[in-house]
Amino acid sequence: MTSLKKLLLGEQGLVVIFAIAFAIVALTVPNFLTERNMLGLLQSVVTIGIVACTMMFCLASRDFDLSVGSTVAFSGMVAVMTSNASGSIIVGLIAALLCGGGVGLVNGVVIARFRINALITTLATMQIVRGLALIASDGRAVGINDPGFYQLALSKFLGIPTPIWVMAIFFIIFGFVLNRTVFGKNTLAIGGNPEASRLAGVNVSNMRIWIFALQGLVCAVAGVLLASRITSGQPNAATGLELSVISACVLGGVSLAGGRAAMTGVIVGVLIMGIAENVMNLLNIQAFYQYVVRGLILLLAVLLDNLRSAAAGRRS
Amino acid sequence: MNLTDSSRRVPLRGGAMQDFLEFKAISKGYPGVQALADVSFSVRKGTVHGLMGENGAGKSTLIRVLSGDQSADAGDILIDGKAQHYRSVRDAFDAGVIVIHQELQLVPELTVAENLWLGRFPGKAGVIDRGQLIRVVKEKLAEIGIDIDPAAKVASLSIGERQMVEIAKAVMADARVIALDEPTSSLSSRESEILFALIDRLRAQGKVILYVSHRLDEIFRLCDSLTVLRDGKLAAHHPEIAKTTREQIIAEMVGREIANIWGFRPREQAAVRLEVKDLAGRKLPSPISFSVRQGEILGFFGLIGAGRSEMTRLVYGADSRSQGNVSVDGQTVAADSPPHAIRAGIVLCPEDRKFDGIIQGRNIEENMAISSRRHFSPFGILQPKKEAELADRFIAKLRVRTPSRKQEIVNLSGGNQQKVILGRWLSEQGVKVLIIDEPTRGIDVGAKSEIYEILYELAGQGMAIVVISSELPEVMGITDRIMVMCQGRVAADIQRADFDERRILAAALPDVSSAGELPNQQVQSR
Repeated sequence: MTSLKKLLLGEQGLVVIFAIAFAIVALTVPNFLTERNMLGLLQSVVTIGIVACTMMFCLASRDFDLSVGSTVAFSGMVAVMTSNASGSIIVGLIAALLCGGGVGLVNGVVIARFRINALITTLATMQIVRGLALIASDGRAVGINDPGFYQLALSKFLGIPTPIWVMAIFFIIFGFVLNRTVFGKNTLAIGGNPEASRLAGVNVSNMRIWIFALQGLVCAVAGVLLASRITSGQPNAATGLELSVISACVLGGVSLAGGRAAMTGVIVGVLIMGIAENVMNLLNIQAFYQYVVRGLILLLAVLLDNLRSAAAGRRS
Repeated sequence: MNLTDSSRRVPLRGGAMQDFLEFKAISKGYPGVQALADVSFSVRKGTVHGLMGENGAGKSTLIRVLSGDQSADAGDILIDGKAQHYRSVRDAFDAGVIVIHQELQLVPELTVAENLWLGRFPGKAGVIDRGQLIRVVKEKLAEIGIDIDPAAKVASLSIGERQMVEIAKAVMADARVIALDEPTSSLSSRESEILFALIDRLRAQGKVILYVSHRLDEIFRLCDSLTVLRDGKLAAHHPEIAKTTREQIIAEMVGREIANIWGFRPREQAAVRLEVKDLAGRKLPSPISFSVRQGEILGFFGLIGAGRSEMTRLVYGADSRSQGNVSVDGQTVAADSPPHAIRAGIVLCPEDRKFDGIIQGRNIEENMAISSRRHFSPFGILQPKKEAELADRFIAKLRVRTPSRKQEIVNLSGGNQQKVILGRWLSEQGVKVLIIDEPTRGIDVGAKSEIYEILYELAGQGMAIVVISSELPEVMGITDRIMVMCQGRVAADIQRADFDERRILAAALPDVSSAGELPNQQVQSR
């Protein structure tokens, strides 16, 4: 019993739970473990997965970003509209990255330099940016003129769609940044104790600005891929994304109190979110119930996190 | 529990002289430290019992065990002859034991009466009976002689009054044992006198009071009996305080190590290293100037609030300056942030290690490498091997007691945490000025000497060292020169040859006109 507890509440507990859940689902749900369904599942979590990479940094440094959903929609819109207007996909991509990064930078500067609470700041930018997306498109979806734009999401490499590769590469890059760079360690240090980090020579406000700017840039990438997949710029795309992303991170063991994060955990968190939705679709469970299940999973994750920190507290 | 009913009070068996509270062979260990070892003593009903000892002697641990906040590894607490097996603060509360900590546990936005009733408001069906609320509190306050309006918000009260409310809360709950942890540390002398009078009345009512303090005069003024702890062990038990002397108690507190604790060694001093000119900021309005030479240890002494820590934060760039400049070896240091100071060779070991020093949740290695890793991390990519070497090197050099460099820093004792923070800076390149604020606060005697030794060695290598301390014996013991601060200004600058306790203290005290309200804290003469 105690060894089972140790396993479930330990460092790798989440991975174990995930493996068990995966095995059960694979054995019981028909059509789950097929190549087509697996690729579909991965593609459905691309947006959450990509944005979760930087949300992890945000949470790990004791911050919070609610504006990601709006930023994804806005930068997708910008990419479509700019490439339609200029006739160049590259220009559209650059514009989207600039806009996404710009939103992140504004978030970062307001939070770090003007010392406004991150929750409030991003709650405000979430609405502002969503508003901008609606204004730019007059509230309507904007179709893509250049079919080449579709290829961003449709093209495949080694039989696997490009967006999944992008997500995988982001996982690797940000996993490396978190564990093996000064940037990652400083992020965790800030989350652990901001004032002590500052006095130890970490430039805390610059770090926070960087983290938010990165978050904006990554949202832009996610937005472009999403627009390509849904073949248009939708001002109402990705509503509620911020909650799914934060859920995935928390599910993955990222502490809302800061100072604790792991890339493997976040990946598992993202996959759990994806699998839950996928399985419910396969079992033809009504979409309305899916909200309830998603909420329950999040609650469960937080409870688990609480048990885990209590266990960690006892160990130390 | 009916609060107005006093018949619940336990009848005295065998008169007032019986042992009511008994500690039996209490032991408690933390990782790396045996905080309490086999401590036994007892306290009679209707007495005030003093508990003394140096920082780290085990007083706080004993109080925590008594309060139910932590449980002892071994041993029993007996109240009125019955062994107590409580496992939480709530259990201790129900057993009639209440500990009043230095940080008071009142809700500032509620009134005095509401605070006293908190958790068990009188009334029916959730509607509070306001009449009873106020009336009972009024009676209780009058009974123990506290003159505070029950309808006043706690936020509007002074610290001293809040302390009274906290004690009234204990009395309301029919506490039989009340432990006070350094209650006068933030009171003025007038407020302290009012508190003492209240304690006298509680004693007359037959309560058991456990009184923790650093101050001998208070102990002699208040206590009937006394226990002295040292290094987690019982150093002495005095059933009658009148039969002992101050000198004896000091000797018992400090033990044999007193003779050589400072181990001061004079050093060669060379050119001026740190020069501070007309430095001022928001919290330190009047400009301050001073300089420190290579190899010199300069001490800053003063009461809390004298501006010492504010001054160091300005020098380090942690707070923004309104004027003045700082130079190291003649080079002006850019003013605005700790990274600039660090690059110029100024480092700071902050006063509050828990909040400003250690990074909780990270291990020793990461706490040490946080600043210096930039020198050996090309393009910001970590070199785990080099960090491990660095950590091991400084763990050995500073004699940090830990099973491994991967140990979480929160598990270390105060002294070892301080060494890790020293290691953080010693691993930096080209440190020229070390500012260390309260170098040995919360650190036990043995580790203290080791830290002083490290400071002498660094000064011997030509570093300029600034020590801020509230402990006069410490500043006098380890520095070459003392600057005394008072109300944000430098009041005296005294060379070691002229060190004189009375002169330094006199300079630290504000003018007589305001001395009546002076918090009688900080000056911990031991």
